[in-house]
Amino acid sequence: MSGAKKRFEVVGRERRRVDGRAKAIGALRFADDLSLPRMLHCKMLRSPLPHAQIESIDVSRAEKLPGVHLVLTGKDFGIPYGIMPVSLDEYALEPERVRMVGDPVAAVVARDEQTAAEALELIAVNFKPLPTISSPEEGLAHPETRIHDYGEQGNIHRNQSYEFGDVEEALAKSDHVFEDLFFFQGNTHLPMEQQASLAAVEGDGKLTVWTSTQNPHYLHRQLARVLQMPASQIRVVATPNGGGFGGKCDPGNHEFVVAKAALVLGRPVKIGLTREEVFYQHRGRHPVLMKFRTGVTKDGKLTGMHLQTLLDGGAYGSHGPASTFYTGVLTPVTYELPRFKFEACRVFTNKPPCGPKRGHGTPQPRFGQEVQLDKIAEKLGMDPAELRINIATKENSLTANWLRVGSTGLAECIRTVVERSRWKEKFRKLPEGRGVGIAASAYMCGAGVSIYWNKMPHSGVQLLLDRSGQVAVLCGATEIGQGSDDVLAAIVAEVLGISTADIRCFTGDTGITPIDLGSYSSRVTVMMGNAALQAASRVRDSLALAASESLGVAPDQVAFSQGKVFAAGDSRKAMSFVEAVALAEAKFGTLGAVGSYTPPKQPGKYKGAGVGPSPAYSFSACVVETEVDPLTGWITVPKIWVAHDIGRAINPVHVRGQVIGGVYMGLGEALMEEQAFRRLPEKLSGALVHRNPSMLDYKSLTSLDMPEVDVALVEYPDPNCPFGAKEVGQGPLLPVMPAAANAVYDAVGVRIDEVPITPDKVLAALEKKAKGETPRVGPESFPQVPYPAPTFVLPPWEGGDGDELKGADGKPLRKARARAAA
Amino acid sequence: MNAPAPRTIHLTLRVNGEDHEVSFAAYKTLLEVLREDLDLTGTKHGCELGECGACAVLLDGEPRLSCLTLALECAGLPIETVEGLARGTQLHPLQAAFADLGGSQCGYCSPGMLMTAKALLEAEPSPSRERIREAISGNICRCTGYQQIVDAIERAAAELREARK
Repeated sequence: MSGAKKRFEVVGRERRRVDGRAKAIGALRFADDLSLPRMLHCKMLRSPLPHAQIESIDVSRAEKLPGVHLVLTGKDFGIPYGIMPVSLDEYALEPERVRMVGDPVAAVVARDEQTAAEALELIAVNFKPLPTISSPEEGLAHPETRIHDYGEQGNIHRNQSYEFGDVEEALAKSDHVFEDLFFFQGNTHLPMEQQASLAAVEGDGKLTVWTSTQNPHYLHRQLARVLQMPASQIRVVATPNGGGFGGKCDPGNHEFVVAKAALVLGRPVKIGLTREEVFYQHRGRHPVLMKFRTGVTKDGKLTGMHLQTLLDGGAYGSHGPASTFYTGVLTPVTYELPRFKFEACRVFTNKPPCGPKRGHGTPQPRFGQEVQLDKIAEKLGMDPAELRINIATKENSLTANWLRVGSTGLAECIRTVVERSRWKEKFRKLPEGRGVGIAASAYMCGAGVSIYWNKMPHSGVQLLLDRSGQVAVLCGATEIGQGSDDVLAAIVAEVLGISTADIRCFTGDTGITPIDLGSYSSRVTVMMGNAALQAASRVRDSLALAASESLGVAPDQVAFSQGKVFAAGDSRKAMSFVEAVALAEAKFGTLGAVGSYTPPKQPGKYKGAGVGPSPAYSFSACVVETEVDPLTGWITVPKIWVAHDIGRAINPVHVRGQVIGGVYMGLGEALMEEQAFRRLPEKLSGALVHRNPSMLDYKSLTSLDMPEVDVALVEYPDPNCPFGAKEVGQGPLLPVMPAAANAVYDAVGVRIDEVPITPDKVLAALEKKAKGETPRVGPESFPQVPYPAPTFVLPPWEGGDGDELKGADGKPLRKARARAAA
Repeated sequence: MNAPAPRTIHLTLRVNGEDHEVSFAAYKTLLEVLREDLDLTGTKHGCELGECGACAVLLDGEPRLSCLTLALECAGLPIETVEGLARGTQLHPLQAAFADLGGSQCGYCSPGMLMTAKALLEAEPSPSRERIREAISGNICRCTGYQQIVDAIERAAAELREARK
């Protein structure tokens, strides 16, 4: 479904984005900017304890405070929810048990926020504290302190194992086997906009919720579930998000609370989370401990990899089942890997739940993989850039775990950053204290499978046109700042030969827009874009047919360009776009068209093969330069070079913006961002508390810390993508952390095998180096994790059919293998 | 328990060149009065603790965090918000440059960035990129990595210098 047209008038041109003006004049209405007549305000009471039984809640004093209209507690919400059907483990307000500091237990609706806040202080909750689990290791060691009564066992939420070809055999035949441990600390999205929601029962008696969500469709389904209402009676309007990065993908407690309150009171109810509450809502990067055992030949080819991961899931399921898969499944996409074994375990802990953050589960293993490659290259005496180019996956190939790689510009991305950074003059050649590091990555352009099983399209677009010449485009996709409205308008404009200024976008509104699954997994450009391409092509066909009669040419000879519709061979035979629309309206009646998109079927058939497939993959390479002060351990990054295979840039100025923004967020994760916790002393309850739930204490890069980024766009159009355009929102973040770690090594010869790479870790490693010890800071051991016996699948080149290997009796061979091993 | 009624203040605020008579609870910040009492929701909040810069407005020409400023302190002082930047439908060069060059992605930090940049360019018509980075270092942006914001401020500075010739 790539566009047939060869020369583009909109696609590929630098343009002001369609929502750029509204943002620059302060006119764009975010959720908290909305207000309605008779609106009330809501605030939630949150648990001060990380794990406790709720013995009683007394709200009577709060209810009596003048100005208070309603107090809700857990008894008002009997039905649990969750973003994934297998993890419906959250309540809007917890009825019996709190599992983290910040879990909401009651909500007050009052005439203003101040009154609601005062009423919260009048609510008396008796908590009975329970033992707390602070880490996956503790969770595994203390199954008796069970945070949830579902899951695999004890505190294990998800536990899985896959093996694609016999990895131990591959490692045994390798020239070298590298074994490395890495740790990736958790961090959070920190969107500038704090979540806000406004709910109202409108004049027609139906409920509308305006809210800062990335996924109005999934929220819509969960609202219907929790409120026990037909989904058709609920409308979710995703207001433009003031940044998402994955943090607004899960339904939030507050969204159910204001919806319920509006239904009870018959008045509009609004809530705006405080910054501290946003830290508790979290759903950010999972802390992940990783163990890589990787076999290589002496000339730098990979032979096999055994990857084990252990995820700190926090208090709830969130996207955890998917996150667990993502700590492994995309590992074989960047480089040719003949055999791959992957074991992953997600453990509940009494901390805010982790979920999807930009790169969702993949940046952690990518960090380990790319730092380990740096070590491999050094041991083999190879240039790490050359080593990577030699093993880059090829276009139209399959991976060991049956993912289909379509187009790839990875090798060119690596060559580009090598050249632009003058890598060959710098690597291992800069003076002590200065260094360069390289890393590369691959990322998906949309999850190939929906979060809930269904056979319907992943994205739908509707176009409406009339004799005025106006073109309205409707789609459920949500503008979270990434530019999806602009992509939508650009694709339609390109097909119809008009300008994006001629188009009105209506998006993210379940009441009027066709369903799009949401702004996650870098899916929108490809899925919404393909749906838009189909809808616009259908409209174009109608217009061409109507215009052809008047122009006296065949319909396939009608051209659309710059607001004109004309005979392809004779531009004197022409009419305006508006005239063509009027002719078509006269000929066909009211005009419009729909388009929809469903990702292609994927070759993997084994259970679990649904996570990882994507219509296309993007590729990135990055060189980071560092200066490390040996006295303080302080790391300065003077410059970063990045090349990204975008397929085709729809609007290059904003593609570059996404690349730089991804690099920025990656560098923050590399150097400082961490969602960290500490235990209070026993005399202060011993509770686990967030170390830094404020923007001052949660360190992120300011404009002074952020270096200039040199961006190169590499364009290998992918046939599965609209005009060949792939994703850019997530991919360019992934190589930054390992490139920074590799650059620190090049600068001062110490390995920091965990992020963030903070000055104290650099100093500790330098001290070890001075003492002649191994100059490394990172995890020292990997705990015993009771991974299950693996699902065994043969890779495509070993005669597999994409399904689990079964014995003659039809039973999975993994059981036989497990028995044999025992 | 009856909470004592908060004391209400009546005063005139001069916002974007217009006088507004407002009455509000004494504890309200300038941010709250702008957004809630004057419907000027262009000014944003990202923390309400003075940590992020999203709420920056110009008070007597100087960037101020409106979330840390009591509205009752602002009587008689000119207040400028993002709504006052454009002339009618004509965008201020900073606004046009932000829209054209990727200065806004989600747009949430843009009002605070724009007002901070306006104060900078009024004081220093030809700032270096480093100087621009210093001036906006109290404004957090999570989308752009700041580079295209710096690009936009640089272009707007050039346009403003050109216009003054």
